[in-house]
Amino acid sequence: MMSPELIIVGVLSSTIRLATPYLYAAIGETFGQRSGVLNLGVDGQMLIGAFAAFYIAFTTGNLWLGVLAAVIVGALMGLAMAFVSVNLQAEQGISGIGFYLFGLGMSELLFKMLLGTVETVKGFPDLEIPFLSDIPYIGEIFFQHNIMVYGAFLLVPIAWFIFNKTTLGLKIRSVGENPEAADSLGVSVARVRYFTIILAGILSGVAGASMSIALLNVFQQNMTSGLGFIAVALVYFGAWRAFGVLAGALLFSFVNSLQLWMQVLNIPISTELAIMLPYILTIVVLVLTVSKVRPPSALTKPFDRGD
Amino acid sequence: MKKLLFVLVILALALTACGGAPAEEAPAEEAPATAEMFKVAVIMPSSITDLAFSQSMYDALLAIQEEMGGEEAMEIVYSEGMFVVDDAAAAIRDYATEGYDLVIAHGSQYGSSLQEIAPDFPETSFAWGTTLNTFSEEGITNVFAYEADSQEGGYVNGVIAASLSEAGVIGVVGPIEAGDASLYVKGFVAGAEATNPDVTVNVNWIGSFSDVALASEAANTHVAAGADVLTGTAQMVVGAVGVAEENGVLWFGTQSSQTSLAPDIVVANQVYDWTVALDEMITLIGEGTYGGTAYTITLENGGIVMDYNSAYDLPEDVKAAADAAVEGIIDGSIVIPVE
Repeated sequence: MMSPELIIVGVLSSTIRLATPYLYAAIGETFGQRSGVLNLGVDGQMLIGAFAAFYIAFTTGNLWLGVLAAVIVGALMGLAMAFVSVNLQAEQGISGIGFYLFGLGMSELLFKMLLGTVETVKGFPDLEIPFLSDIPYIGEIFFQHNIMVYGAFLLVPIAWFIFNKTTLGLKIRSVGENPEAADSLGVSVARVRYFTIILAGILSGVAGASMSIALLNVFQQNMTSGLGFIAVALVYFGAWRAFGVLAGALLFSFVNSLQLWMQVLNIPISTELAIMLPYILTIVVLVLTVSKVRPPSALTKPFDRGD
Repeated sequence: MKKLLFVLVILALALTACGGAPAEEAPAEEAPATAEMFKVAVIMPSSITDLAFSQSMYDALLAIQEEMGGEEAMEIVYSEGMFVVDDAAAAIRDYATEGYDLVIAHGSQYGSSLQEIAPDFPETSFAWGTTLNTFSEEGITNVFAYEADSQEGGYVNGVIAASLSEAGVIGVVGPIEAGDASLYVKGFVAGAEATNPDVTVNVNWIGSFSDVALASEAANTHVAAGADVLTGTAQMVVGAVGVAEENGVLWFGTQSSQTSLAPDIVVANQVYDWTVALDEMITLIGEGTYGGTAYTITLENGGIVMDYNSAYDLPEDVKAAADAAVEGIIDGSIVIPVE
């Protein structure tokens, strides 16, 4: 029989790893939604980012160039999304699905043309934080991961700070709540939304990179497997707040790693039920919490200055 | 404005189609359709280069094409990444309409579509795998069926795995507990337990054929639980192979050779060679029989091949035990319980 300490450490360090791509993508999505733009193309942006990062890292051997590539393609996807939703004032749900399908198809096409088969790279190595990684249990759970895992968790307080303590954050929130008022005070709604959507694209791209060159170190067609849609759900779950998103990502990942362990420990529960657990739990918590908070008032509403 | 958006969405959809869907066909040039040219179309759930299920079929078709005399004698077209069954059904119907001699629906999920489509094209032969159901009971005569006794290679992998495991703990990463994957895992567990009754084989079903991240985390879970040998089946295991390599634990592959992913730690692979079944189907089609037979590839008929990584130094006694298992399965002295 395995010691309980070992199981707890195993479950929790799995949770941290599983939560990483969700955090990048969902924090990015939070920026978009706080400014009033729903981006359903996250999964497609992640796939393009995952491929770009993998391909560049694979051909150049430089992981940071891979991250840069993910940032660039993510920004381009974000730019296109911004043009469609801000300038063309398109219906955001539909155009987001369009971007998802574009990313899915394009990443497959590029994979086939440029790689042809599944290859591997040596991804970011685990980076043990001095002293902290030596703390019993805690060290192994939190401080023995690769750098992109730390990046995802650092992003949460940074996003919180931007939203709540900076003028930029105030502008983003006002544009998402009342674009007419923001506009009359001289805030450019279009510029703020361009900024948030491009940032969301970049973070989705990096989310993909965290999978393809840090956590999994392979690229496989449709490797995100709908993870980007869960990230969008986590933004609602987290009530459009950075730490709320963190809580959601951790809960979802925790239950997911718990079900993996339950199977290994031969806990008599049907496999199908175990696999459903994270989704069921997320829906239950969503129903219990979301009714209490209000989404940004201008979410999904295009802004027309009327000039 | 709305119109422009619509155009954009359509454009995006069109690009998607190029990426994974039926538009993509291997030999783009229209070879002159002579009477002797045999035309095969195959619809697959993942990519032809997935190092797993889909690739095993594509490799077999290429081998047959070679045998028959190259691209002039046999045309192969494929639709890959057809995880949406509706899209697959449309592709099956398209290929049948275009007059392909043999349309292969390479995925158990395509069965009900095939049952609907096949009767509309009595002159076209269809093949469906992995299953043994040719719909002959429903009065359909133009469907072949094929499957692999994947428990056989699973058993052999299990024998080697249990012999090499020092910890006595082995981890299995599976997709959904059904069909081919379920057979493989049952065989693997039986082989491991027959070799070392004290071995612990932990099995993890992740509920998906595509979730690379969860497959990789399942592998991490096994390693944390003390496993020093891992195996897994279906195309999402590529992530798990990476985890095995990182932790220096051994890996056993199935469906196609996965040695190229991690040449240091892959010990052996069960490789499917569908040519045995395809050869017979093509012969029958030539004689005017379009279906009704089910084929099973096995170690005995050469459809299942054990492929060893030459870079891995397998101890001689272990190799001998594996060979004995292969012989035992072929001569019937080893019976693998799969129910």
